[in-house]
Amino acid sequence: MAAEILAEGVCYQYSQSSKMALKDVDLRIRKGEFVAIIGPNGSGKSTLAKLFNGLFVPTKGRVTVDGLDTRDRENVWKIRQKVGMVFQNPDNQIVATVVEEDVAFGPENLGVPPEEIRKRVDEALEIVELKDFAQKPPHLLSGGQKQRVAIAGIIAMRPDYIIMDEPTAMLDPVGRKEVINTVKRLNREEGKTIVLITHFMEEAVEAARVIVMSEGRVVMEGSPREIFSKVGKLKAIGLDVPQVTELAHRLRGQGLAVRNDVLTIDEMVECLCPLL
Amino acid sequence: MPIVVKNLTHIYMPGTPFESVALRDVNWNVEDGEFWGLIGHTGSGKSTLIQHLNGLLKPTWGEVIVDGVNISERGVNLREIRQKVGLVFQYPEHQLFEETVEKDVAFGPKNLGLPEEEVTRRVKEALELVGLKYDEIKDRSPFELSGGQMRRVAIAGVLAMKPKVLILDEPTVGLDPRGRDEILGQIVRLRERQNITVILVSHSMEDIAKLVDKIAVMHKGRMVESGTPKQVFKNYEALASIGLDIPQVTHLMIKLKNKGKDVATDVLTVEEAEAEILRAARRKGHA
Repeated sequence: MAAEILAEGVCYQYSQSSKMALKDVDLRIRKGEFVAIIGPNGSGKSTLAKLFNGLFVPTKGRVTVDGLDTRDRENVWKIRQKVGMVFQNPDNQIVATVVEEDVAFGPENLGVPPEEIRKRVDEALEIVELKDFAQKPPHLLSGGQKQRVAIAGIIAMRPDYIIMDEPTAMLDPVGRKEVINTVKRLNREEGKTIVLITHFMEEAVEAARVIVMSEGRVVMEGSPREIFSKVGKLKAIGLDVPQVTELAHRLRGQGLAVRNDVLTIDEMVECLCPLL
Repeated sequence: MPIVVKNLTHIYMPGTPFESVALRDVNWNVEDGEFWGLIGHTGSGKSTLIQHLNGLLKPTWGEVIVDGVNISERGVNLREIRQKVGLVFQYPEHQLFEETVEKDVAFGPKNLGLPEEEVTRRVKEALELVGLKYDEIKDRSPFELSGGQMRRVAIAGVLAMKPKVLILDEPTVGLDPRGRDEILGQIVRLRERQNITVILVSHSMEDIAKLVDKIAVMHKGRMVESGTPKQVFKNYEALASIGLDIPQVTHLMIKLKNKGKDVATDVLTVEEAEAEILRAARRKGHA
């Protein structure tokens, strides 16, 4: 059985709506991958995320996690243990009055023995670099720190897949960097599969693969370089590209010999130096 | 309508174990018709500062003078001040509450005791200002609109009060790039049509750089920088040291300059960077 999340011909319709939120989505998330999903508001990104751990089941088609069909009620608990979710607002995800108790909440509910919980909580706080905050009340933490507590709570449940639905939308630039660095570490050092839904293109650039959604469909898929080099197409569906990528695109239009797949400031400096 | 902030200090819960100094000796002059960007981290004092501008908070020390009136003086009509200084909070759509869009936007002007025709006129105008069609949207429930539309209805509710100063706290948080550009575009048009003073609180340097006349930077309760975007971004090292970004293109030009390239670094937008790089490349015969 393949270690992957697989969506096959997935359609989803909200009960009060006449429109399909997702239309014929085929998608494969392999274990160990770091995938970013971008798309305008209403393109179906969050709906898709909720289908990955069985919060929603497809109206048509099917979603399987390591071969387990989300439509089968018997599988729900197994799937939820494999697939953790992190949401936008950290304040809605924190339940306890002390950081380490909050992180322990998930494994406690899974019936994990106390010594094992202690071990998992310490490990999780270590990974998100909040060990010194274990005894602090969460409401005294910054937004970025709170979101990392929420992530630690998920890690402590030991999921293989972590789906993050705009985890940085409510954070300031420092908080955003903290969370993105944590996400990168989870993927590279802990081997967690990450699906990151985001509006920030600089964050999508960090992923190995980018999926672009528009009007309920997957419209583009590829490496960040492939995706962001298509400046015109992204703009047409209402998305941004990083400023330096757009600049490179415009300079090429003016006949300057720069690459069309520039993603970072340093790459752009390298491209431009011989020309200036 | 000018706002003058003089030696403003604000202490939350003074004399208790929870005492914390949110603002320290802030001085700020906002001239009539200016467009300001206010930046700083969460906890830097931005929100505390803007809540003083319409009297929601009172200075512990110092003064806030709105249109020549010291607003902490006894007998000042705060209702009048709040009508002149409109404040749009973060996630303003959470404050929608009426059954229809029309009723929601009309709530403020109605409370002013304006005649019904005037209320309707204002509602119409405010909705058009935020790019919504009065006839199409007035009878809908605000709760069945998209996130971007809800936010615009909430902003219209403030505009219907006809403020002379409009303060927006992170108006684009959580919106996609198109929603963000729509809201920011409407703010620019609003200024052109009504010549009101605007203060925009934002984390996004790239948005702020292309829109505002002046930037004020808050850090740990102090106003550490203020001036035109070009002046403020010149001190990029100071900004970086307090964890604030400058626009990517400004950063790019500074890096090129540091490599010994002859380029101007006071660049704020992609268009300006394009022009400057083309100029430098042409000089070298590469374009």
